[in-house]
Amino acid sequence: MKPWKRKGDLVHADIDRQEAAVLRGLVSQIDDMLRARVEETPQDELAELTGIRTGPSTSPDDPILSRLLPDFHRLDDDNPSKADLDSAAVLRSLHEPALLDLKTGVAAVVLETCPVYGGGIRLSLEQADAWLAALNDVRLALGTAIEVTEDMPDELPDDDPRSPHLSVYHWLTWVQESLVQALSTP
Amino acid sequence: MTAAVDREQTQATPSTAEVVAEDRPWQTVVWNDPVNLMSYVTYVFQKLFGYSRDRATKLMLDVHHEGKAIVSSGSKDKMEADVAKLHAAGLWATMEHTS
Repeated sequence: MKPWKRKGDLVHADIDRQEAAVLRGLVSQIDDMLRARVEETPQDELAELTGIRTGPSTSPDDPILSRLLPDFHRLDDDNPSKADLDSAAVLRSLHEPALLDLKTGVAAVVLETCPVYGGGIRLSLEQADAWLAALNDVRLALGTAIEVTEDMPDELPDDDPRSPHLSVYHWLTWVQESLVQALSTP
Repeated sequence: MTAAVDREQTQATPSTAEVVAEDRPWQTVVWNDPVNLMSYVTYVFQKLFGYSRDRATKLMLDVHHEGKAIVSSGSKDKMEADVAKLHAAGLWATMEHTS
């Protein structure tokens, strides 16, 4: 893949077959995780009656989902107050359904616009923003899985099981950075 | 935060100390994390809040160097909306009552 280019209201790049397969595979995995979270949410009669959807009140146990769906208050301090805990539960329940919609929505944009066997990608500015968010979600997921740190080396020792994943992570970083640059320079 | 390409910050940015007035009882905080790109965080601040490039860059650098930055303040409803938008963009944001 070469850097993204912007021409007016259009952003474009070419992606090769293998890159497309990797990217689509990762985006689909995140999408599956998010949809599983939606499905495990209990439906109550009141929600069906009022049309007001409520999500779960507690953070996902899975560290990846937990990073993608953060709490509204800082709760990882030594001793979060009861008021913060209660408020975070209410706010999660209120806002998580919409957040899940947005995240599965940006994943869908990537899956619709990234050619399965590689080739040209042409995006409107709105679609490009969806790509940025989806790329970021994938990097957050992968970064959480391989425990990325700020001073992560370019390469890990060959015998480190995270080594191949780190290469993918760095490639995704490059793709996202290039897209930010293309969007920032009209 | 991380930078895909390290670039020196040469532009002097005006100090934008957040003034918390009594009618702005809540504030939105963005926390540093090792994944989000410096350029992306700046882009998100500009896009979501309409901040100038300088102001967005200053806030991004505060997050990067200080570990956090207050990016907006106001009513509880407004901060809820801001945090929700930041979560959609993948930033680690929380809201807190000003003390």
